Amino acid sequence: MHKVFSVPDPLRKTPTHYCPGCGHGIAHRLVAEVIQDLGIRGKTIAVAPVGCAVVAYDYWKFDCSEAPHGRALAVATAIKRMQPEKIVFTYQGDGDLAAIGTNETIHAANRGENLSVVFINNAIYGMTGGQLAPTTLLGQKTSTSAAGRDKKLHGYPLKISEMLALLPGVCYLERVSLHNPGEVLKAKSAIRRAFQNQLEGLGFSLVEVLSPCPTYWGLSPREALDWIRDVMQKEFPLGRIK
Amino acid sequence: MMNNKKILLSGNEAIARGAIQAGCGFYAGYPITPQNELIGYMSNHLRDSGGVFIQAESELAAINMVYGAAASGARAMTSSSSPGISLMQEGISYIAGSALPAVIVNIMRGGPGLGNIAPAQSDYFQATRGGGHGDYRLIVLAPDSVQEAYDLTREAFYLSDKYRVPAMILGDGVLGQMMEPVELSVKKAKMGDKSGWCLSGCQGRQPHVVKSFFLREGELEKFNLKLQKVYRRIEEKEARCEEMFLAGAEIILVAYGTMARIAKSVIMRLRNEGKKIGLIRPVSLWPFPREAFRAAGRNTEYLVLEMSYGQMLEDVRLAVAGRRKIEFLGRSGGGILSEGEIIDKIRSLIRKPGGRK
Amino acid sequence: MAKVVIDRDKCKGCFLCVSFCPKGIIKKSARLNKKGLNFVEVDPKGSCAGCLQCAVICPDCCIEIYK
Repeated sequence: MHKVFSVPDPLRKTPTHYCPGCGHGIAHRLVAEVIQDLGIRGKTIAVAPVGCAVVAYDYWKFDCSEAPHGRALAVATAIKRMQPEKIVFTYQGDGDLAAIGTNETIHAANRGENLSVVFINNAIYGMTGGQLAPTTLLGQKTSTSAAGRDKKLHGYPLKISEMLALLPGVCYLERVSLHNPGEVLKAKSAIRRAFQNQLEGLGFSLVEVLSPCPTYWGLSPREALDWIRDVMQKEFPLGRIK
Repeated sequence: MMNNKKILLSGNEAIARGAIQAGCGFYAGYPITPQNELIGYMSNHLRDSGGVFIQAESELAAINMVYGAAASGARAMTSSSSPGISLMQEGISYIAGSALPAVIVNIMRGGPGLGNIAPAQSDYFQATRGGGHGDYRLIVLAPDSVQEAYDLTREAFYLSDKYRVPAMILGDGVLGQMMEPVELSVKKAKMGDKSGWCLSGCQGRQPHVVKSFFLREGELEKFNLKLQKVYRRIEEKEARCEEMFLAGAEIILVAYGTMARIAKSVIMRLRNEGKKIGLIRPVSLWPFPREAFRAAGRNTEYLVLEMSYGQMLEDVRLAVAGRRKIEFLGRSGGGILSEGEIIDKIRSLIRKPGGRK
Repeated sequence: MAKVVIDRDKCKGCFLCVSFCPKGIIKKSARLNKKGLNFVEVDPKGSCAGCLQCAVICPDCCIEIYK
């Protein structure tokens, strides 16, 4: 008998701090698998976000930088410009990338920085206790929108990937989901593509990953996946955006 | 030395040229008056020496790009003026918290708020107390001539690398804009080895992490104690100042940067009249050159002069520790003390009852 | 036939593997792991098709599969 599935080498065996059923664990593994498949661990530099994945560098076995909340793409821009031969990616949540860091996101994309972005959209602020995120769905209850997101009070879920599609510097945008094993495999292909693009010097690539947050959605892990399937992906349709 | 040519430069250009001479490999900035010649020079010339220039979308982005470049092991710099430096405080705190070297230039203008574009020295507190959140310090160097702007910029890169503490060049609109002859250095910059911690890909070694986040109990305190140790070493070794006519001085003027130039003119005029006036010009604002304040005679009085309403004054008070009288004269918000205003103040001190004749 | 190996102490008991196993051979254990959580275990009598779905969906990398 031989092993057909195990922990990829760029992922440490350390247990994560994530809640049961959290999508970050899957997304971390997918990134590690892609890095292993492409054989680029020794030349990869990650920029971690502020949010639940703030200590992603405790779980990955390659060089990592911290960035202040929202500034990952500014930090990554400089790392990549100083070391164009390295593979540089950011891993950011919706608050980080699409609220406090919107400016950095849009301008790094518009400059066509040759970077890969893994954008985790779970429609909530997890780290701070389940507050309204830019991507929270209309009607979705959060700790700062107890009656549900109201378009008059909070505006609409921000579709940053669609916004970025307008920018000529962006070469690849795809929205994927983690709501069942088949979708997880598709997510991996998209992440691999984003890294491959960077290896080929094609410019800015971003993969938006719809990811479950059972804790702050108030659902069981399985119900959370089904909520992505039945509700969330209606607002955030899956597939290639650019 | 005679081979080194002198050329006419503005303070802003001198800082830019000093940085390139020091091996600055990365610059990111956002336009703001009165330092636009600096970003302009970098945009045109940094590439010639193999460096990377980025005009950032904001000061926030600029300082975080500096973070990324510094984490990559490069000598990295940004420049701005007061309101822009306020925006950068987040990134500066992270740079300090991640023990990264970087050089930040603040060509101060009037505040608070948008203020105006006239020269001022009202960011002294922000520069010398850290400025952002957390217990940290910047090495702060304050040139008073274009030549010194050039020299201290090179020194700032060197000190920042040596201690892995961010350094700031603190000037003002006058210093940034005025032109003076500068003797350029032909010395090649010595670059330290950063391979032990910088991010370059983990090929053949354990992964490096550049961060300021220490969640495990006790870790952050330990890191802070380490920082404090470095700061104490810097205080011991790197304080610098210019002293003029201190022996026998009855009044010692204390001023830095542009204000010190005016103070020097005042001293020359009054010494011609036989008045015993000296000068302490702090060149490093942090560490503050406290030792310079120990030598004063028993009857010496200090007169602190600033283009602010009394910020360095607090450091002078701490250094003097109540042993001598301290007077203050300052203007800000666009006003600069004239020689006449300072001389009037000095005469009033000399004339006052119980004072010297 | 394939073999599923579960790192019970890493398991956080989200039971996603249980819900996706097409053969229904992964079950919630009545016992607790070091974390004090009900982990998952494989029914020793069950026959694994080696479809990898449990491992692919596991957020905590607790599952290894041998064929």
